[in-house]
Amino acid sequence: MADRSPATRRSLTVVLFAVFAFLYIPIATLVALSFNEGGLPTAWTGFSVKWYGALMANRDILSAALNTLIVAMISTAIAVVLGTLLALGIETRRRKGRALEALVFAPMIIPDIVLAIALLSFFSLLKVPMGLHTIILSHVVFNLAFVSAVVRARLKSFDWSVTEASADLGASALTTFRRVTLPLILPAVIAGALLAFTLSVDEFIIAFFTAGAGRASTTLPMQIFAMIRFGVTPEINALATLVMIVSVTALTLSQRLNKGVIAP
Amino acid sequence: MRGHLAPHRFPEKTRRVQSPNTRSTLLMAPALMWLTALMVVPCGLILALGFFRRGLYGGIEYTFTLENFALIVDPLYAGIFLTSARIAGLATLIAVVIGYAAAYAIAAAPRHRQPLLLFLAVLPFWSNYLIRTYAWIVLLNREGLITQGLRMLGYEGEPPSMLYTEGAVITGLVYNYLPFVILACYAPLARLNPELAEASRDLGASAFTTFRRVILPMTVPGIAAGAVFVFVLSIGNFITPALLGGGRFQMMGNLIYAQFLTANDWPFGAAISMVLIAIMMGLLTIQAIAAEKGAGERREGTDG
Amino acid sequence: MPQSPAPLRIAATLAAGLVAAGPAAAELVISNWDGYMAPDAVANFATESGEAAEMVVHATNEEIMGKLIASGGQGYDVVFVSSPFAEVLNNLDLLEPIDAAKVPNLANLYAEAAALPHDPGNTFSVPYAWGTTGLCYRSDLVSPEPASWHDLLHPAEAQAGKVTLLGTDRWLLAAGFLAKGYSVNETDQAKLDEVEAELIEAKKTMLAFDDTTFYSKLVSGEATLVHAWDGWCNYGIAENPDIKFMIPSEGSDLWVDTMVVMKASENKDGAFKFINYILDAKNHAWAAENILYKVPNKPAMESLSADMAATYPNMGMAPADLVALEQLRDVGDASRAYAKAVSAIKAAQ
Repeated sequence: MADRSPATRRSLTVVLFAVFAFLYIPIATLVALSFNEGGLPTAWTGFSVKWYGALMANRDILSAALNTLIVAMISTAIAVVLGTLLALGIETRRRKGRALEALVFAPMIIPDIVLAIALLSFFSLLKVPMGLHTIILSHVVFNLAFVSAVVRARLKSFDWSVTEASADLGASALTTFRRVTLPLILPAVIAGALLAFTLSVDEFIIAFFTAGAGRASTTLPMQIFAMIRFGVTPEINALATLVMIVSVTALTLSQRLNKGVIAP
Repeated sequence: MRGHLAPHRFPEKTRRVQSPNTRSTLLMAPALMWLTALMVVPCGLILALGFFRRGLYGGIEYTFTLENFALIVDPLYAGIFLTSARIAGLATLIAVVIGYAAAYAIAAAPRHRQPLLLFLAVLPFWSNYLIRTYAWIVLLNREGLITQGLRMLGYEGEPPSMLYTEGAVITGLVYNYLPFVILACYAPLARLNPELAEASRDLGASAFTTFRRVILPMTVPGIAAGAVFVFVLSIGNFITPALLGGGRFQMMGNLIYAQFLTANDWPFGAAISMVLIAIMMGLLTIQAIAAEKGAGERREGTDG
Repeated sequence: MPQSPAPLRIAATLAAGLVAAGPAAAELVISNWDGYMAPDAVANFATESGEAAEMVVHATNEEIMGKLIASGGQGYDVVFVSSPFAEVLNNLDLLEPIDAAKVPNLANLYAEAAALPHDPGNTFSVPYAWGTTGLCYRSDLVSPEPASWHDLLHPAEAQAGKVTLLGTDRWLLAAGFLAKGYSVNETDQAKLDEVEAELIEAKKTMLAFDDTTFYSKLVSGEATLVHAWDGWCNYGIAENPDIKFMIPSEGSDLWVDTMVVMKASENKDGAFKFINYILDAKNHAWAAENILYKVPNKPAMESLSADMAATYPNMGMAPADLVALEQLRDVGDASRAYAKAVSAIKAAQ
């Protein structure tokens, strides 16, 4: 937007500073506290990484972290395949009906609690025993929608003439896909995968409702919820810091690979 | 060349074997089947559940009834819906005001800095919701960081009770959804043609008039879509009221949660979920109609 | 318990996921409230009995009930629930009858604990811990000392905004019933309405509903007077001797937390073995020392050191005094009215 007076500029800078302070101070507080020897927000008693050590010794947390990785990796892998195919299918379609668009859009906007109880009722009425596998099945629902959205954005600017050229040169459909289409959309596919992975790692509500009994299907967010409910323990700060590092890394990578995934 | 003119047409060779739409259907089939089995059918199931009766000890009695939907207009539950609508509405309003200001400031920043600023604004949205909420417990509780800070500054009175208040719940909701609003507001602002604002100023309009008469109307549809999502996510939330509200506040989300995990009244919980979906669809429809109307007016106003 | 290496577990989970068969059922799954058992109890049991066992946690009765009803009890072997909920599970036919022959240590229970109104003769539930509900407070910050339920519901100016109430249906309403002099199992709608109004009023002077962290709020000073289960107040006393527990003059409820065996369990013998292990005098005493709750086990209680009762006076309460209080029972269809009243209380502004 066009030039502004210095006064306007200054006030806009102040607004930005204030908003960023609001967004980052709570997070920064947790990170800082995770290195506080005493562990309490009441006083700074010295720098220490002992809470990270305590995390590593906590079997429940380690097992929950492992479960989270299993859920995130498998659901992302399935979602990447299904979501990419879906994106290709939609973008090569001559007419996209409203119903199709709505169906593909729905998993991203339906409130988590509704999808969660719908899946709980569904599994429970079909007497499907619940566990990590039901969390995985459920996470694929929203993950595939996000992957397909990212890949579709890329396909919108895709020059289909290259696939025609490939076909004209005698390549089979599969070869064309493997040698021409896939390399061109690969950054978007990976970006979508990283996004899905992050979503899955952080997802709590659906996992909470579709998990089975016991530690075998407790994911990290479920573990964090239990810890928060039972009071403020310094270990949470260290855990929060680690979880945020994972999310931020995956998202930064995703953003680098494909500008405009998280923010246009 | 052919490809440029008809971007969606498929290579000749393939077309001979199968029509593009058949192929497109095949490509979409696995994902659509997944969504049907694990989203459409379950959602249909809870819609159906809403018309059954709760068994004495939970469970479901398969007799048709409308009593769950009748319960929704029961003064108690209608009251809960209104209260949660108020809290969600306030949170949405505050988030939109702050988010719009932030998006405006980002859009006004030098072009090469905008992507980074936007990325930083949106980043917190993708980190763990529970952790972001927990951070506010640490800050707001009576013996928490803000109180400690005040004490360090020499404050000696009774620490104010900040956690477990409506303010805490609203703060938590605003905090969690603000990045989303910034994103929703930024898109239309960034697309805005700077010449329009300039023309308005050249014609003698003050900065405020320009904002009110030119910029705001053109960016409203994007914001409205963002606002609908924040409102629906807030009203359906159960974590923030539980953690920051100390159980003192009931949102629709808490009510659904309670029906499924504590009261064991699944049919009623299913009925409330349907109301939540209906609210969302209703608001989105209104937003879409308004946006279409707005776009029509704009075309008339600017294209001529 | 030996942990299989991570890659194996991943592979196993994958396989389980693919056939949608859930986790292998060989391991005994015991669900209990967090911190409601000696931390080493399950491991010790596993070593002693050779049964692989895993402890999982639930935050409230309602939460585990939701899960059990949703899954038909699948995946759980032994569950710890309060007696009214054990009654519900039994009515739903989800519980395996207790096979007394397989639990010889039932003989250790106090006579009172074998004749509880909800399940005389321990046919479907075995008492694990029992006690009462009352006021837990900072004696250095609350004066005069609280005497009545009204001191919780309508605290003095100095305590306003510093009291917490238990938030789960039965105990929240019990505070109101007791304050009014009604039965804790009252089903009369008019009385329920009266209590609802009373508790809505009480919300004005309350900090939060809290079932899990009230004692740490007392220790930190965030709260000064809380509605608490006797044993959990002891956690506060352990950290700050100024914290005290008292039973209000109007009386209180008797609650009994029980162990039940799920009918869906695939290892019922293992489940009974576990219950028998807990009822062993030495183990049950070790549980009491760890969780600071009274256990209904005569030799176990008698083996506790005299210091316990000195530090935690409520540990010394005699079984006869305890069973003189009215036990919380399943209220059947009225539980819907209870849930609605609690919704109304929580929603009131």
